[in-house]
Amino acid sequence: MGATAEDAIDARRKAAMTVLASVAGAEIARCLNAIDLPAHAELREPENGLVMVRGRIGGDGAPFNLGEATVSRAAVRLATGEVGFGYTLGRDLAKARMIALCDAMVQSRGYADAVEANVLAPLRAEMLARRSRKSAEAAATRVDFYTMVRGEG
Amino acid sequence: MYVAVKGGERAIENAHRLLAHERRGDRDVPEISLSQISEQLSLGVDRVMTEGSLYDRELAALAIKQARGDLIEAIFLVRAFRATLPRFGATEPVDTGAMQVRRRISSTFKDIPGGQVLGPTFDYTHRLLDPQLAGAGSPEAPATAEPLASMPRVTDILGRDGLIEPSPETDADAPVGDLTREPLSFPADRDLRLQNLARADEGFLLALGYSTQRGYGRSHPFAGEIRFGDVEVEFYAEDAGFAVPLGAMAMSECQMVNQFKGSATEAPCFTRGYGLAFGQSERKTMSMALVDRSLRARELEEEIKAPAQDEEFVMSHSDNVQATGFVEHLKLPHYVDFQSELGLLRKLRAEFFEAASEPLKEAAE
Repeated sequence: MGATAEDAIDARRKAAMTVLASVAGAEIARCLNAIDLPAHAELREPENGLVMVRGRIGGDGAPFNLGEATVSRAAVRLATGEVGFGYTLGRDLAKARMIALCDAMVQSRGYADAVEANVLAPLRAEMLARRSRKSAEAAATRVDFYTMVRGEG
Repeated sequence: MYVAVKGGERAIENAHRLLAHERRGDRDVPEISLSQISEQLSLGVDRVMTEGSLYDRELAALAIKQARGDLIEAIFLVRAFRATLPRFGATEPVDTGAMQVRRRISSTFKDIPGGQVLGPTFDYTHRLLDPQLAGAGSPEAPATAEPLASMPRVTDILGRDGLIEPSPETDADAPVGDLTREPLSFPADRDLRLQNLARADEGFLLALGYSTQRGYGRSHPFAGEIRFGDVEVEFYAEDAGFAVPLGAMAMSECQMVNQFKGSATEAPCFTRGYGLAFGQSERKTMSMALVDRSLRARELEEEIKAPAQDEEFVMSHSDNVQATGFVEHLKLPHYVDFQSELGLLRKLRAEFFEAASEPLKEAAE
């Protein structure tokens, strides 16, 4: 596999992870119910930990440590060999495990389409709708300035 | 001599039992849930996450419940919890320019690209108690408009014309300072100072920021931009081999634009101070930005004469967990210390009265 093909797969996995990390674990579980899951084994038992969250001085300068966040991570391997990783903010171990499973399925010829249709597509739509709603609510609070005309024209 | 004194176990046990009872309050009143705290006391949760230095809404809500609403106690609980988990590493630095904005204002430019977006704010409210909130009610659904486009940072706009100093560049060789790993030493670089200020007590920073406005280390600030919204966080995962998305985090950012400075070799430009915090923590980020700027006195060759410019003073006293630990330890038993002081004082007083009576004796003789 060439570098570009690998990059394309990584980009697809990343896009899937963005969607999965943005929703509640229960939502992913609901969607996964529609799929006949492939045989798989746990490569790394789900675990909780911390990451140090970094910001940049002035928003775009040198990095600094802002504070920590709880995260969960897991890794699974499908019987067909694909290895999936799950990372998410928060302490939901089952969610990390489901993200890992989805990540493995995204890389699998046999399951990529099913996971896209049953899990990623509906959750992506949900994520975008939520973002768009929040943005629309904020937009309604935008100030429209107008100038008062004073004195005689 | 070390004297161990035993006793008080039953008193302590019963005190904690009484505490649990008082925490619950009147049992005819429904118990508060973590989601109620998280949803309806959300700014308190944001403060506990910021100063507890741990982004986890549910844990912060639990800490607030356990602490009976005492936020410094809650922050203490959250800090202690941190120590129970391993650290997987550090995230990629977040890009606040790509924030999905829920509020964004500038007090320096009326017509900024993207506009002034007020968002959910107390600003412009009349600060009159609302008797309707005393009962249950369902507020109107928020108004909506065409979703917002992306929002460039105000400092980027000023930066294009060189009117504002650029942010300090990344030095690939210099590790990012971390005061949770190495003890503080002075002078401290700006990355360490910002980490300290980010977890610092809001009230302490507010007072220091205010002191600079009142003339103790004046820096002529403008709120160049304040923004609040959701920022995507990524973490480079060794096993996956790329930066994996972790999800979005709510953050507040303040870019303070301050008095300009120039020299024989450099054209004058505005200087700046920076504030960043978890959640909607606007007062905190504004105070942080003021103090970040005042702590740059050494770097900007300003005379250091005010408390807010003294990094050792500010950084050593900003942490409310450390401060409360040292202040509150005074109420723990100091019986032995006090006994020795008492003994010394009695001796000094006896000497004083003896000396005072000497001239009388002499006169009598």
